Amino acid sequence: MSGCQGSGGTPPDTIFTPFLARKGDMGDGRPDRSGFITLLVRERTSADGEEQAMVNLSKAAAIIGAYEHPTRYAPDKSELLLHLESAQGALEDAGLSRGDVDAYLTSGSGAPPALTLTDYLNLHPKFVDDTDVGGASFLFHLNLACLGIQAGWFRCALITYGSTARSRRVAVGTGGLARRGATGLAPTPDSFEEVYGLTTVGMRALMAQRHMHQYGTKPEQLAAVAVAMRRHASKNPHAMYRDPITVEDVLRSRMISSPLHMLDCCIISDGAGAVVVASPEVARGCKKTPVWVLGFGEGVIHHEAGHRDWTATAFPQAASQAFGMSGVRREDIDMAMVYDAFTITVVTALEGLGFCQVGEGGPFVEGGRIELGGELPVNTDGGGLSSNHPGRRGMFLLIEATRQLRHEAGERQVPGCRLALCGATGGGTGLRQSAAVAILGRD
Amino acid sequence: MVGDWDRPLPTESGETKPFWEACRRGQYLLQQCRACGKVQAYYRRFCAHCWSKDVEEVVSSGKGAVHTFTVTYQNQTPGFREAVPYVLAVVELEEGVQVLGNVIGCDVGAVRIGMPVKVTFVDAGEMKVPMFEPV
Ligand SMILES: [Zn+2]
Repeated sequence: MSGCQGSGGTPPDTIFTPFLARKGDMGDGRPDRSGFITLLVRERTSADGEEQAMVNLSKAAAIIGAYEHPTRYAPDKSELLLHLESAQGALEDAGLSRGDVDAYLTSGSGAPPALTLTDYLNLHPKFVDDTDVGGASFLFHLNLACLGIQAGWFRCALITYGSTARSRRVAVGTGGLARRGATGLAPTPDSFEEVYGLTTVGMRALMAQRHMHQYGTKPEQLAAVAVAMRRHASKNPHAMYRDPITVEDVLRSRMISSPLHMLDCCIISDGAGAVVVASPEVARGCKKTPVWVLGFGEGVIHHEAGHRDWTATAFPQAASQAFGMSGVRREDIDMAMVYDAFTITVVTALEGLGFCQVGEGGPFVEGGRIELGGELPVNTDGGGLSSNHPGRRGMFLLIEATRQLRHEAGERQVPGCRLALCGATGGGTGLRQSAAVAILGRD
Repeated sequence: MVGDWDRPLPTESGETKPFWEACRRGQYLLQQCRACGKVQAYYRRFCAHCWSKDVEEVVSSGKGAVHTFTVTYQNQTPGFREAVPYVLAVVELEEGVQVLGNVIGCDVGAVRIGMPVKVTFVDAGEMKVPMFEPV
């Protein structure tokens, strides 16, 4: 597998030459290469329309250790200590120790995070990274880990997350400008945006309002997501909220930013977690079932220079890459972990990931389809809406998917789970959003 | 919402000064690219569609319609904390480009997608901040 060419791959030179011949030059001797990469990608698209990478990265690495910190409130601990405790938990889960780690990735704590944490944890990895694209960061880290492992740069990457958002009383969703700790407005883009009173909830509310207008999505359908997450949380002993709620409860809860009610919004908790990602050689020697990274992809969406589709996410591109790499079909996915910062984000994510048509996310989430026992169980741990949301939930998508694929999820186990999809979005304002998809599987 | 400005002020840079100067004159500046013909917002000194630096300033008619919006009931940033509930909207201007703004001058419950609005400039100390009001 290592280093082999993807089945649809053609050596770049043979594409490049005829392409130049078709396009000619710019008249000043410079070749016109506009659209060159787009053409390359198109010529490397599989029969089912998914993107194919030149090098097959599927199964380049596996998650071999995962640990979710049980805390939801840790006023007696520092954020950094939560990183340490999670790192220990994940390494113990993998049967490895501190000395085995040769790559370290993190996001969200310290400035800059990678230096703060390598100092605090006293690590000297060959590779460090603190890519920050909001809550999806840890999936971006997973992708980097796969690349670095495939390249032979390192063999064992540790990714950690910790946050004391709740005990520090951070208003994650409604803090406005203060959520970023900013004291003034940057000339660009803040001065065109923050001056109007953006909040994290408000940005998703703009999407929700447009989705409802354009596709007839109903508040009851959004509420069904919150109800499903709570039902799952009732089976998770660590979840912060476990008492059942109804659609009426959601609709009667306080309006935060219309059309999103309080129960359409994720909770604010403390929390932490870590995963260990390793090469196939390391993974096969570990004590637990390796959770293979079968495919991954990334994307961003933003203002689009003032021409945005306000119902769209960056998932279509990320999912196309991930499905193309994995060779897995959507109907084969046994369960999905989808970043549920808000009920609307699940609806738009399921559309963007291709589990339903654009505009059909509302009806899709009704009738128990996304609940345990349904066609596509989503967020079996209770998600950010009920289990935990310390600000960047991407980490917990990987951890719960790993538990499901190892058949360690107890009362909430998806029977015979073999393939799981993680879809994370991130971004401080929501005007600019990242998305990452990871398709995970067991042998 | 309107009145003494107690929110964070926009910051002008060398790049964005023409936009804020135009606001002081009561004009909402958009930009059209001479190379690709496309219109853009927010203001930058190049075309975000094709990266040409040959962009032409276009004074918007200031007229448009609400593309999407939210009534914000909770924002803990000083200046906004006192202003709730307020309307944050994406307005599609006649020139075919979307911009952000508050919709003021009407009940927050009256705002609808598709509602016609026009730009208005609110005094903010040394600056004027563009917002929208019903036509
Ligand atoms: Zn252009």
